[in-house]
Amino acid sequence: MPAPIRLRELIRTIRTARTQAEEREMIQKECAAIRSSFREEDNTYRCRNVAKLLYMHMLGYPAHFGQLRICRVLLGQECSCSDDCRCLFLCVQVLCVHTDWVFFFVLFYSDLNHSTQYVQGLALCTLGCMGSSEMCRDLAGEVEKLLKTSNSYLRKKAALCAVHVIRKVPELMEMFLPATKNLLNEKNHGVLHTSVVLLTEMCERSPDMLAHFRKVSLVPQLVRILKNLIMSGYSPEHDVSGISDPFLQVRILRLLRILGRNDDDSSEAMNDILAQVATNTETSKNVGNAILYETVLTIMDIKSESGLRVLAINILGRFLLNNDKNIRYVALTSLLKTVQTDHNAVQRHRSTIVDCLKDLDVSIKRRAMELSFALVNGNNVRGMMKELLYFLDSCEPEFKADCASGIFLAAEKYAPSKRWHIDTIMRVLTTAGSYVRDDAVPNLIQLITNSVEMHAYTVQRLYKAILGDYSQQPLVQVASWCIGEYGDLLVSGQCEEEEPIQVTEDEVLDILESVLISNMSASVTRGYALTAIMKLSTRFTCTVNRIKKVVSIYGSSIDVELQQRAVEYNALFKKYDHMRPALLERMPVMEKVTTNGPTEIVQTNGETEPAVLETKPPPSALPPAGQANDLLDLLGGSDITPVIPTAPTSKPAFAGGELLDLLGDLNLTGSPVSAPAPQIAQPPFLLDGLPAQPLFNDIAAGIPSITAYNKNGLKIDFTFERSNTNPSVTVITIQASNSTEQDMTDFVFQAAVPKTFQLQLLSPSSSVIPAFNSGTITQVIKVLNPQKQQLRMRIKLTYNHKGSAMQDLAEVNNFPPQSWQ
Amino acid sequence: MIKFFLMVNKQGQTRLSRYYEHVEINKRTMLEAEVIKSCLSRSKDQCSFIEYKDFKLVYRQYAALFVVVGINETENEMAVYELIHNFVEVLDKYFSRVVRHSICYEIASFKTS
Repeated sequence: MPAPIRLRELIRTIRTARTQAEEREMIQKECAAIRSSFREEDNTYRCRNVAKLLYMHMLGYPAHFGQLRICRVLLGQECSCSDDCRCLFLCVQVLCVHTDWVFFFVLFYSDLNHSTQYVQGLALCTLGCMGSSEMCRDLAGEVEKLLKTSNSYLRKKAALCAVHVIRKVPELMEMFLPATKNLLNEKNHGVLHTSVVLLTEMCERSPDMLAHFRKVSLVPQLVRILKNLIMSGYSPEHDVSGISDPFLQVRILRLLRILGRNDDDSSEAMNDILAQVATNTETSKNVGNAILYETVLTIMDIKSESGLRVLAINILGRFLLNNDKNIRYVALTSLLKTVQTDHNAVQRHRSTIVDCLKDLDVSIKRRAMELSFALVNGNNVRGMMKELLYFLDSCEPEFKADCASGIFLAAEKYAPSKRWHIDTIMRVLTTAGSYVRDDAVPNLIQLITNSVEMHAYTVQRLYKAILGDYSQQPLVQVASWCIGEYGDLLVSGQCEEEEPIQVTEDEVLDILESVLISNMSASVTRGYALTAIMKLSTRFTCTVNRIKKVVSIYGSSIDVELQQRAVEYNALFKKYDHMRPALLERMPVMEKVTTNGPTEIVQTNGETEPAVLETKPPPSALPPAGQANDLLDLLGGSDITPVIPTAPTSKPAFAGGELLDLLGDLNLTGSPVSAPAPQIAQPPFLLDGLPAQPLFNDIAAGIPSITAYNKNGLKIDFTFERSNTNPSVTVITIQASNSTEQDMTDFVFQAAVPKTFQLQLLSPSSSVIPAFNSGTITQVIKVLNPQKQQLRMRIKLTYNHKGSAMQDLAEVNNFPPQSWQ
Repeated sequence: MIKFFLMVNKQGQTRLSRYYEHVEINKRTMLEAEVIKSCLSRSKDQCSFIEYKDFKLVYRQYAALFVVVGINETENEMAVYELIHNFVEVLDKYFSRVVRHSICYEIASFKTS
């Protein structure tokens, strides 16, 4: 078997390879040769083979097959020649990372006490790199002994090994503590550097160590060393572009940062030296800038005095003006960290930061954008927004979503006027429409509803926006919702803020229909458009037939969501035409849901008058002051206690089913698919008690029913059910019957409960009670009784009987105990 | 903390790789390929620090060789940038003349001699 080739020759051959494939072939050939050589147990060329293995591993090819062989070799023979030993150790270090070879222990032990320092050093390196935690534990004593030797080469290696040991086995930190006392008294920079690393590692891992080092006045020692470094003249062995050992300086500064964090005494001790470093370091070369960067980070982190902080921020400002990209990047990063604490100082550099938005480099642009958002405040919001909108126009797609969200947030917080706010939002929607996040749409809709005086202006602008291009989904969704709501304003052409445009009803329907038909519209968008068209049936006067046609077409659409809506709207046209105007009227002002209690919206049931907008203060959960007071509060001042419109998700078994869905649909701004958090504040608990299951499959626990009211021929019975899923919810079904000879028409049932309860009234089955008990009206009431108090209710009945309007108030006290306990 | 140290040529072949954290061998190749791709696509006047996954890359180009160092956020990027330069300078002085391919050539023999 010919002698295996030398490493140099291998390298030469590999370099001649022209393609990756050729190289791989050569390597494989050589691997085969090495394998056969190992198999022959040929020890003379062991070292050569191992070196080649190392080289191949360096190039990225797998070289594991050598592992076992190397270990066997190392174990078997005494390493007579230190060359041999060295290369074998290197191999072990590089190839066998993180393997748990117990028999290495013996090897290390003997080698750590070897006479040659290089072997000892190598053993230390290997132990650091690949020693498992058990090995580290056992050999830590040896390492510690070596930390105290006089040989600086060994001390350096031992310190680094100690760092690795601590990383793997943090409990061993105390073992190295006594040795650290003298570490900083060295002259040798190598030892100094590694000791600082060791101290840093200890301080980062254990707060006890940190406290200990602060007490032991490590800071003055470090300050002294740093001063020597700066003040000492040119020293050829430590010089890097004119600065003496910058790497050590950076390390010391970092350790000072850790020591000074949240500690006044230490921070005070280092104020001077930091100021000195900051002012004396030469900034013409990059090295100086690196040191200044570290200094700035340190100043920002410790409890430094304000003069020093201002100095730091000025340095960062200078960095920003530098031409070098790296320095600007670094400056932007640090400013981002400090903008929370030193807001005003950073504001001074705002114009430079905004200029960085126009930079070509992606990392710098991202940093500048984040920083700009942090700097927006009430004073500069207009100017900043202009720049940010311009940035949004021209930036890469990966930024657009973040930028859009940021703009929305900032606009919400600092908008100087509603019109400006709406303009900004429109601008974002038109430029980055498809990158806007999904949750932005309901927020925007709520915002638009709330700015009542801007409705006409908003709808006009949105209409103009989608006239040309309806591909951006969020924009189209918001626009169709608004057109549906405020279409009448659009057509009537009243708009104070802008030139009113002449739009006919047909044109509006045209655009909505094209949205429906278009292939670019998502399913959610189509849902919005269909609901909008439906709403317009009440707002528009001449085109109702057209709307009816459109709605009926979609009754056979493939998309289940659209089909369902269309069928229900059709039903609305056919069977429930009398309810249509009430259902489709203008949405009330929505308030944001706050966590400490819902704000309620009052809406009467089934009446054709416009909804009464009354928001009552949230019912506080205070215990009833007295029973009498509760009842007095009820129905006081002609307010009706909150009767909240129906929940959207259920399908109750009786006839009013489709209507409930419609109401729910409309109330949730037409996208139950994505089910946004309810914008109309509905008490969450009642909805919880209303899961997707049908309402009435709870156990009717045999609670006796009562007659709540019986006067003038009108009898109202209550039957009870307790909800399975939520024990504080009681479901009451009322049945109203009429024993007189004439029908009672326009029957409306209203109810009020004490403050500690909550009530939800669902739609009645009809508003006519036929005479002679030939039929009844049923209606469902849900009562939430979290405090399990005695149920009490006041009811108000209005109806027309024998041509005259009747009205009656009554109190229901005879609730059976099982209904509320 | 420095996570890894790579030297890559312009064709994308790794010339030297040293990992200071355990990474499996097949993951290494994937990692190197992605890192190289992001470094090679940068132009001359772009910043030398790239944000990659949850750590940063600092790279520097010397003729046809790229030196890439992966660091985590506690490390001073500019100091590492200088470190790379220092390293190359040291090699230069030691081997008295640094040529692109001789770097890998000499390192190999340096490591094993």
